[in-house]
Amino acid sequence: MTAMMISHAFLQDYWWLIISLLAGLLVFLMFVQGGQSFIFSLPRNEMQRTMIVNSLGRKWEFTFTTLVTFGGAFFASFPLFYATSFGGAYWVWMAILFSFIIQAVAYEFRSKPSNIFGTRVFDAFLFINGCLGPLLIGTAVATFFTGSDFSLDLFNSVTWGSGWHGLEALLNPVNPILGLAVLFLARVLGLMFLYNTIDDEELGRAISKALIRNAIPFLVFFLSFIALLLAGKGFMADASTGEIALVKYHYLNNLLGNTLTLVLLLGGVVLVLVSLYLGIIRRSRKAIWYAGAGTVPVVMALFFLAGYGDTAFYPSSTDIQSSLTIANASSSHFTLKTMMYVSFAIPFVVAYIWYAWRSITRTRISAEEMKGEEHLY
Amino acid sequence: MLENIDLSLVNWSRGQFALTAIYHWLFVPLTLGLSFILAFMETIYVRTGDEKWKRITKFWMTLFGINFAIGVATGIILEFEFGTNWSNYSWFVGDIFGAPLAVEGIFAFFLESTFVAVMFFGWNKVSRKFHLASTWLVAVGANLSALWILVANSWMENPVGMVFNPDTARNEMSSFRDVVLNPVAIDKFTHTVTSGFVLASLFVLGISSWYLLRKREQEMATRSILVAGIFGLVSSLAVAMTGDMSARTISKVQPVKFAAMEALYEGRTEAPLTAISILSASGEKMGEKKVYDHKLKIEVPNLLSIMTIGDKGGYVPGLKDLVNGNAEKGILPVAEMMERGKYARQVLTDYKMAKEIGDSASVAALGARFSDSEFTENYFRYLGYSYFDHPWQVIPSVPVTYYSFRVMVGLGFLFIIIFILALFFHRNQVLERHRWFLWLSLCAIPLAYLASELGWIVTEMGRQPWIIQNLMPVHVAVSNISAGAVQTTFWLFALLFTALLIAEVSIMVRQIKNGPKH
Ligand code: HDD
Ligand code: HEM
Ligand code: HEM
Repeated sequence: MTAMMISHAFLQDYWWLIISLLAGLLVFLMFVQGGQSFIFSLPRNEMQRTMIVNSLGRKWEFTFTTLVTFGGAFFASFPLFYATSFGGAYWVWMAILFSFIIQAVAYEFRSKPSNIFGTRVFDAFLFINGCLGPLLIGTAVATFFTGSDFSLDLFNSVTWGSGWHGLEALLNPVNPILGLAVLFLARVLGLMFLYNTIDDEELGRAISKALIRNAIPFLVFFLSFIALLLAGKGFMADASTGEIALVKYHYLNNLLGNTLTLVLLLGGVVLVLVSLYLGIIRRSRKAIWYAGAGTVPVVMALFFLAGYGDTAFYPSSTDIQSSLTIANASSSHFTLKTMMYVSFAIPFVVAYIWYAWRSITRTRISAEEMKGEEHLY
Repeated sequence: MLENIDLSLVNWSRGQFALTAIYHWLFVPLTLGLSFILAFMETIYVRTGDEKWKRITKFWMTLFGINFAIGVATGIILEFEFGTNWSNYSWFVGDIFGAPLAVEGIFAFFLESTFVAVMFFGWNKVSRKFHLASTWLVAVGANLSALWILVANSWMENPVGMVFNPDTARNEMSSFRDVVLNPVAIDKFTHTVTSGFVLASLFVLGISSWYLLRKREQEMATRSILVAGIFGLVSSLAVAMTGDMSARTISKVQPVKFAAMEALYEGRTEAPLTAISILSASGEKMGEKKVYDHKLKIEVPNLLSIMTIGDKGGYVPGLKDLVNGNAEKGILPVAEMMERGKYARQVLTDYKMAKEIGDSASVAALGARFSDSEFTENYFRYLGYSYFDHPWQVIPSVPVTYYSFRVMVGLGFLFIIIFILALFFHRNQVLERHRWFLWLSLCAIPLAYLASELGWIVTEMGRQPWIIQNLMPVHVAVSNISAGAVQTTFWLFALLFTALLIAEVSIMVRQIKNGPKH
């Protein structure tokens, strides 16, 4: 296949795939946020808290960098989305950003002498990021299905209807339902991750209890969202004219019409259920891997539903023809093609991350190890 | 595009971007340079097996970690601000500008963050060689981060490698190579990273000097001074060289910025280089902009012409030539560019309208003009000028640009001298006797930060009013939100970043006072 033969539509699909994959990885890696949200409730003593923070603290950069790369990749491949959503839903994105700024310093600063604010304040930063990050990101992604209040002019300059600039998304219950599903998923993942990496009996028991209590709301919110989505209307783009219309059962049709999406969704859900079984009933340390292997395809399937099959992935609920599709919001052919070559490096990046990660996590975290650690958070 | 511009929105947005960028830049240069210094020190440790070098490396690594965390925290906000505050910009050039940002994430940030974890936590877990390799990879990763963002920034200073697509009304990339090998990008990358090396060397030198003043940790301090002295001297010479190259390139691609850097109003041959002078308003005005005279001037005859053009007969245009035009030198008046730009914008609007109503004959006729070089070269290239009301609006703030540039360059030369002295005293083992020098080195730390920030102020304020040189003015780029919203986030950022900065400095000072672990 020569470069000339790659069609523009193919590249748009390809980039939507990459975006979906990054989104899937990001949600999985939010086990860091999920774990942070337990910083006050789970540990029974300071040493347990130290172990939790240090276990997560060796991974937070991955989540953070994935978020940054997700943003960069979206900017490069679908700049109109970047301009429309970020410039319009200003307050939501700002709130998300603030919660990540405070996270980035918290690990390094929390236990250092002379940190001015004291350890508890930095722990609170971790807690806030742990709750707000997944909740708001989930809510923002839900607007991919429910629509936002914006319009674009002839030159694609965005005007946002609501003065709340994105925060109004919280008023449509469907959006926070996904937000809460992501939050509880992150918490479940966080628990499984901590169970996997920390060697402490008492903490292990506390984790097991918390796992049940968080798995249930996760399943309730997630399944409700899926049910509402499939039973409701979707934003369909006419394949030839690009005209957008609200069509009953559009997402359901998308799901049934695309075998890959269906397999990813069902397979992913099964894996997540298996992980819950392993984690709750069998008390297996391996649960996190099944949960991760399930989370990534489920998130990808949701993104596929939003973007593929003649669908508007960033719909406008007030000026429906302004809705963004992967066809009208993408970069030029040349950029998508160049960036496709760049994306071929991703497996290589994943490989070295995996290698480096393995090399420093051979031993599990224990009270013993914490005492000998020189770079302690 | 934007007919009613809210100036206070533009100013708050500029302010917010400037604030966050300035904060980010407080932490980045130290990361760029200190990562290499760590790699040098650890290499010596692995080569010699001398445990003292390991201790030294670990000490500086702790400081690195504190700085790194806050650098990351301030970086994420910048990336998203392009969307939140400059959404018209993001759409107009996302194709070109987004690409380096994505490449940066994929190639550089992951490299850096992955191996930073090995560097911090791997001492007792991985082999010595693997650890050393990780430290080097952090340095490479950090400096690659700088590469890609600077490629993006350079494109804004000198847009290349793109074509305009009238259907989408935006610029699209036509050559990634041209974007990456942009001459401005090469100058900017080499100058910026070497300036980071200088700053980090001064940081190590200054803190080590403090230990010597306190008569503590003398061995660590003298060894560190040797590494920092060599690295710093080489880098500071490179900074001066690459800075000179940057200035030369600017004189070609951004003559208005260049004239502002020199406060040169009347173009001339045999132009002298003003080493320093005091600007005073002459009373004359260009539109609403003041014109400045040089008082108490110290100058080198002919040098500016020689430096920029290569011989003393070289003509250096001044602000008056650049704004009012100079037929003899082939410089178009800005008023004329504005006319041509307005005409080009009309053609574009007509084309869009014709498409809306489906007038295919006009679409074809107007569309063809965008591939006709007669139109693109003589009219369309001035599109950005169509957004101005008066020619004088293209003049940036002359005093800010002029003084920032002078102070940066002056400090650059001071740093060269400091490094030479450091190496000389080290060689003769008399460092501790010259307490004045140790004090000077300590004071040079804030000066390094000052020089570095001023460099960006020259770059960014000197290119006002453009966000993309000649293509898009800042006021057209801004997001359509309320000035109040931006004002609120501005203060939130100011508060949060300042609080975090105070905590960072306090932790850093404490770690230094505690000294290395024994
Ligand atoms: C320690 C910091 C430091 C020092 C000592 C110097 N610079 Fe610098 N300079 C920078 C740090 C810096 C910077 C922060 O890295 C900038 C901002 C953007 C850039 O490209 O580099 C910069 C920008 C910058 C620019 C504007 C580039 C543009 O607009 O794109 C010029 C012309 C120079 N420098 C020239 C010099 C010269 C001739 C120096 C003489 C020794 C010098 N700088 C010392
Ligand atoms: C507006 C421009 C900029 C944007 C959007 C930006 C973006 C970012 C982001 C998102 C991060 C966090 C990365 C992570 O997750 O690890 C970061 C960190 C970093 N950036 Fe920037 N950056 C900008 C300017 C610069 C410049 C000019 C340089 C260097 C020349 C630079 C060099 C770095 C480095 C070395 C880091 C690593 C963290 C540290 O500071 O220690 N950045 N930047
Ligand atoms: C990290 C070091 C940097 C510093 C200290 C810095 C400083 C500044 C300052 C002082 C301004 C305000 C100018 C004004 O509006 O009056 C500004 C604006 C801006 N800079 Fe930078 N800058 C940095 C890096 C960058 C980079 C790497 C980019 C792009 C990749 C960039 C893009 C912008 C943009 C988009 C604006 C707003 C529009 C404008 O005012 O021109 N900056 N910056």
